[in-house]
Amino acid sequence: MKMFEYMGKELFAKFGLPVPKGRMVTNPEDAEKVAAEIGGPCVVKSQVLSGKRGKAGGIKFPNTPEEAKKAAEEVLSMTIQGLPVECVLVEEKLQIDKELYLSITVDGSAKQAVMIASAYGGMDIEDQPEEYIIKRHIDPNLGLQPFVARDVVRKMGIPLNSPQGKEIVKIMQLLYKICIEKDAELVEINPLVYSGDRVIAADSKVTIDDDAMFRMKDLPFVDDKSPAERAAADLGLSFVELEGDIAVMANGAGITMGTLDTLQAFGGTPRNFLDCGGGTGREATAKALEILLGLKPKGLFINIFGGITRCDDVANAFKDVYEARGGYPVPVVIRLVGTNQEAGREILKSIGIEAFDFMEDGARRIIELIK
Amino acid sequence: MAIIIDENTNVLVMGITGRQASFHTKQMLAYGTKIVAGCTPGKGGVEVEGIPVYNTVREACEKHRIDASVIFVPAPATKDAALENLEAGVKVVVIVTEGVPVYDEIEIVAYAKSKGAYVLGPNTFGIVSGGKCKMGIPPNQYFIKGEVGVVARSGTLTYEIVGNLTANGLGQSTVVGMGGDRAVGLTFIDVLKLFEKDDQTKAVVMIGEIGGNNEEIAAEYIKEMTKPVIAFIAGKSAPPGKRMGHAGAIIERGKGTYQGKVEALTAAGAKVAPLTFDVPQLVKEALGIK
Repeated sequence: MKMFEYMGKELFAKFGLPVPKGRMVTNPEDAEKVAAEIGGPCVVKSQVLSGKRGKAGGIKFPNTPEEAKKAAEEVLSMTIQGLPVECVLVEEKLQIDKELYLSITVDGSAKQAVMIASAYGGMDIEDQPEEYIIKRHIDPNLGLQPFVARDVVRKMGIPLNSPQGKEIVKIMQLLYKICIEKDAELVEINPLVYSGDRVIAADSKVTIDDDAMFRMKDLPFVDDKSPAERAAADLGLSFVELEGDIAVMANGAGITMGTLDTLQAFGGTPRNFLDCGGGTGREATAKALEILLGLKPKGLFINIFGGITRCDDVANAFKDVYEARGGYPVPVVIRLVGTNQEAGREILKSIGIEAFDFMEDGARRIIELIK
Repeated sequence: MAIIIDENTNVLVMGITGRQASFHTKQMLAYGTKIVAGCTPGKGGVEVEGIPVYNTVREACEKHRIDASVIFVPAPATKDAALENLEAGVKVVVIVTEGVPVYDEIEIVAYAKSKGAYVLGPNTFGIVSGGKCKMGIPPNQYFIKGEVGVVARSGTLTYEIVGNLTANGLGQSTVVGMGGDRAVGLTFIDVLKLFEKDDQTKAVVMIGEIGGNNEEIAAEYIKEMTKPVIAFIAGKSAPPGKRMGHAGAIIERGKGTYQGKVEALTAAGAKVAPLTFDVPQLVKEALGIK
């Protein structure tokens, strides 16, 4: 789950990590109030879960509370990359002497968290040469010890005895604490800025591990998915909408990708990626079929190789939808093998459907049928 | 031979009294797996499919020699269950559970390393040594004894490819599911090394997918291998995926694409199958079978 910038900064503040003075507001009047409290030049930042807010005009720099009100009014009426701006963050405008980059994320290949740091942060971090980007894996048995942080600061070329150097060592440790205590798979500060003697997180990007939400009850919930993705996610399924005309349901991310690859190789175009794996039951599978039909595809291809998923559950779900709708509105091809295969095929036969044994035969057939 | 598990492996099923676990216990027994004990805290003393159930893993280990455990407990309890087995000295821990928090996975994997144990998963279909022993959830009938080693990240894609191998008369020495999650216990290279040393294995099928750089790292080792490697990479048609902030992009720096993986593997001497059902033919060619 991605968090809004202001939520990330509230989390930072709770852990003692320095952030600019300010507050999130949802209307221009409150923006004026907060700007008056800050008493000086401000920043009004749109809060959307997308990058490139600055380029889209979603960040403004008013000098007075009246200007802040006007800026908030403008930004709150904007839509950035398809996302309506529902709230803004009003903050003190920082004097920026230097921009750095700091993040911690999970490196699956190394099976460890990794800290990434650079003395050259800001908009162009991805274009910095490799030698300016310091990566340091964090041994889970040790955690992020002070000596690790000091060594990274040294490699960034920052004097360890400077006030900023000492502050960054502390910030690195706090960042790791947030990762562990809040199950954050990404915590990113870009830029981390020098402002006079202070070192401040001028931005925040925090992603909480979706799999850990069960133990993160104190965090605010952010809905970062499209309506169809949300409907699928509520069923526990992963779903991505694509541009083609054959709706696809398969079980397992790998076989779903393999199915899309096969359709494309035979000249078909998939309408979506839908992984209904992991022992999805009859009812959820039926709902997933409804989501697919809602995409108005030209055809439907179901490719099931049951392991923990049982063929009879899938067949029953297919039959439920068939009966509820009095048939399918588009041609359907089902490939059904694996756990409880015979039971599943009997159910399909009862509504006149013959299941395929092999994916390639099924893929060819559905492409023929929609021509 | 086979790798990691065989017909002499004594297996414990963790969470054996659950719906999925008891169903798959029956399936594993039918395959021939030597399940000697089950464990569910608070349910000790009962039997499931004739298998005695204990309250703790230590208790099971006092009564039986446990070589390997397969874990079927819910995600919030998985870390505890995995650590319990590793701490008790179990050397092979297969974690079927999906949805385990990534920092729990990191802890499990680090502890397993300190104990010199293998962890498969989390989010794995398991492991099958053809005709000898199955731990996990794959459908029995597609896994037969033979000379092809298979290593994969994804479960159903493996069934798809193993099903094709079996339909072509190509049995398997061992089929290893490393798990589909971000932080899992084994890497391709760990498993390739075991297959390279295994007498029964004559060729290896490696099933990867886009993202990460595990396949590229494995390619470095494939250069040194004496046994032929046939690879399939899923995700050729996938649109560019979502990434996590700048950090993901910085770690990978252009790695993880379909094209990059195919090039690395091909340069290392592996044969890459364009589609799943091209795999058996390439295996036959590698083994000199007509």
